[in-house]
Amino acid sequence: MEKTEDKNQQPEEEQVVNPWEVSAKDGGKIDYDKLIDKFGCQRLDQSFVDRVQRLTSRPPHVFLRRGVFFAHRDFNDILDAYERGEKFYLYTGRGPSSEALHLGHLIPFMFTKYLQDAFKVPLVIQLTDDEKCMWKNLSVEESQRLARENAKDIIACGFDISKTFIFSDFDYVGGAFYKNMVKVAKCVTYNKVVGIFGFTGEDHIGKVSFPPVQAVPSFPSSFPHLFSGKDNLRCLIPCAIDQDPYFRMTRDVAPRIGYHKPALIESLFFPALQGENGKMSASDPNSAIYVTDSAKDIKYKVNKHAFTGGQESIEKHRQYGANLEVDIPIKYLNFFLEDDAELEHIKKEYGAGRMLTGEVKKRLSEVLTELVERHRRARAAVTDEMVDAFMAVRPLPNMFD
Amino acid sequence: MGYSKDQLLARLKELQIEFSQYEHPVVLTVEAQAKYVGNLGGALSKNLFLKDKKHRYYVVSALADTKVDLKVLSQRLGLGKGGLRMAPEEALGEILQVPLGCVTPFAVVNESARHVSLLLDQGFKNQECCFFHPLANDMSISLNAHGLDKILKSIGRNPSYIDLEANPPVGKDQPPDLAAYVPSDSPVLPDLPEKAPSSQDSTGDSVGAATKTAAFTAKAVKPSGNAKNVKEKSADSARPSIPAADAGKFVEELLDRASALLLSEISEDSIKQHGGQLGAEVANNVKKYLREDLKNLATIFKNTAYTEGFYAGTRCQPKRL
Repeated sequence: MEKTEDKNQQPEEEQVVNPWEVSAKDGGKIDYDKLIDKFGCQRLDQSFVDRVQRLTSRPPHVFLRRGVFFAHRDFNDILDAYERGEKFYLYTGRGPSSEALHLGHLIPFMFTKYLQDAFKVPLVIQLTDDEKCMWKNLSVEESQRLARENAKDIIACGFDISKTFIFSDFDYVGGAFYKNMVKVAKCVTYNKVVGIFGFTGEDHIGKVSFPPVQAVPSFPSSFPHLFSGKDNLRCLIPCAIDQDPYFRMTRDVAPRIGYHKPALIESLFFPALQGENGKMSASDPNSAIYVTDSAKDIKYKVNKHAFTGGQESIEKHRQYGANLEVDIPIKYLNFFLEDDAELEHIKKEYGAGRMLTGEVKKRLSEVLTELVERHRRARAAVTDEMVDAFMAVRPLPNMFD
Repeated sequence: MGYSKDQLLARLKELQIEFSQYEHPVVLTVEAQAKYVGNLGGALSKNLFLKDKKHRYYVVSALADTKVDLKVLSQRLGLGKGGLRMAPEEALGEILQVPLGCVTPFAVVNESARHVSLLLDQGFKNQECCFFHPLANDMSISLNAHGLDKILKSIGRNPSYIDLEANPPVGKDQPPDLAAYVPSDSPVLPDLPEKAPSSQDSTGDSVGAATKTAAFTAKAVKPSGNAKNVKEKSADSARPSIPAADAGKFVEELLDRASALLLSEISEDSIKQHGGQLGAEVANNVKKYLREDLKNLATIFKNTAYTEGFYAGTRCQPKRL
């Protein structure tokens, strides 16, 4: 049995990480080692990265090289099976709570696209419009509308339509999917779900019965139009580590209903511009870089709002160097600057005080602008018809090619 | 030249819209107007011509008593707290083609005002009739909301009335409720009809929902089923630099990128540095730098072509036996 996080017994000073809340202890940084320990998942070490490179015959994604995706459950099983010629499918998702998508939202999708290309496997993407309708108190129509809008940004990340199925809960729940939901629900007691997710007597029953919805895309039989006859197909779920509770529950239930446990590969949280302790929020446009920001906006936000580890004066900076631990531009470059050598050089020079904050910020603005521009152009090519096609319940005959 | 007062009045008569007209000396303010038509039974309107930071224009037409708070309106439109200002005087003449003191909902009949967003006070609906300037300040006409609707519809505008005094919260979980009224950034091409934004349009992303025309030339009309409007945008801002499922354009784009990179790679310095090996070096670099980019372009091309096929397939007629 895997360790489950018992929220009710958490002492006040502990960090809180669950699908609806992420906060560090005393407003400090998230302790990822403690998190891995508490959740019971494994660290993703360099040997994995090398193995992925060998198996896929291409350079590993920057997020793997830099430890952005840093934890996993059973990823080695997936790789073992892959080596034997057994494929798997990918499952990821988004809760469409707002139209404003920022770079942090794109991270799991950018990585999933790489996995799709590198391993040549199909992908299902779940848009939990029902969840947002319930938790954020949106109308059904509004959450459906947001789901479609978000789908466009997701498609713009470059997924292959012949291998990708996007679905919204309001559209798709039913049939085989619902049958699996009931099977899962029968295996999780009320007390258990309260223990995992922290529901109280005041929470409405929609919330309490939601977790199976996010669990069952991990089972191939939920998608008869895609995987019929392939009940043995494994599932790999790239996600941010705050989603772990859903899948701990799923992994617990899977063997009891005769399915493989889904494997997970989990990422760090993307820091807000104001620093690790800051919170990214859709209502504070200066806390994050949005995919709709112009080059001017990006430059402004990076220059004015990014929290840096540079010293207060040039003299001090030349003497002591920058504090790379808290410097946001360096952290962002860690995520998005492809060239390892260049990043190392910047870290070295900046840490020694030879490079100034302004220069680092300038490079960051360039990198982010290029990223956002590329995304915007791709987004411009996504039409409503394309969304319809991605979301159509259709077979994907070439999904493993 | 803009629509004249007489042309407007003629149009109203043509459409058989009931209205009354009153001539008076030129007035520049609501107070002045009130002196002449204030006690004739109709409600007076105040009309604001506003501009946001991205040079988009709005006409807000409200009952004279309705409180209009520009800060609140700005937030409700999704423009932030200080996003709305009074438009400069020149804009009145250039865009609305009316003189000073003459802002009126009728001004949107002009071509130049096609992309001006019109916000109407729902209070008009409860009045028997309301006074507006018919494109000139030496006259006021009174008509009811129904009549106003009729003329606006006749020029392709979809009139919708909003509660201008409402102050709903705008924040992380409450998107700006009037976001649909923000016009698209670029002026609409004159030969294409622009419909007023429906409540489903997306907000900040100016290239969001517009259908790219390159691939879909056969589809002049969007399929019915959802009420989204197609806004055609001016060529440079919205037509993507990536071609749709047009093989010729796709290849041109690939070649453009490759040759741009080649040109940058081959310079006096690089020739000196690599000499005879320059070919191999450049070939390597081209592959390295372009690989991901070109793959992305190809994926977009593939997705677009698939979508075209899929769309055709859903409308395919069954084979005749």
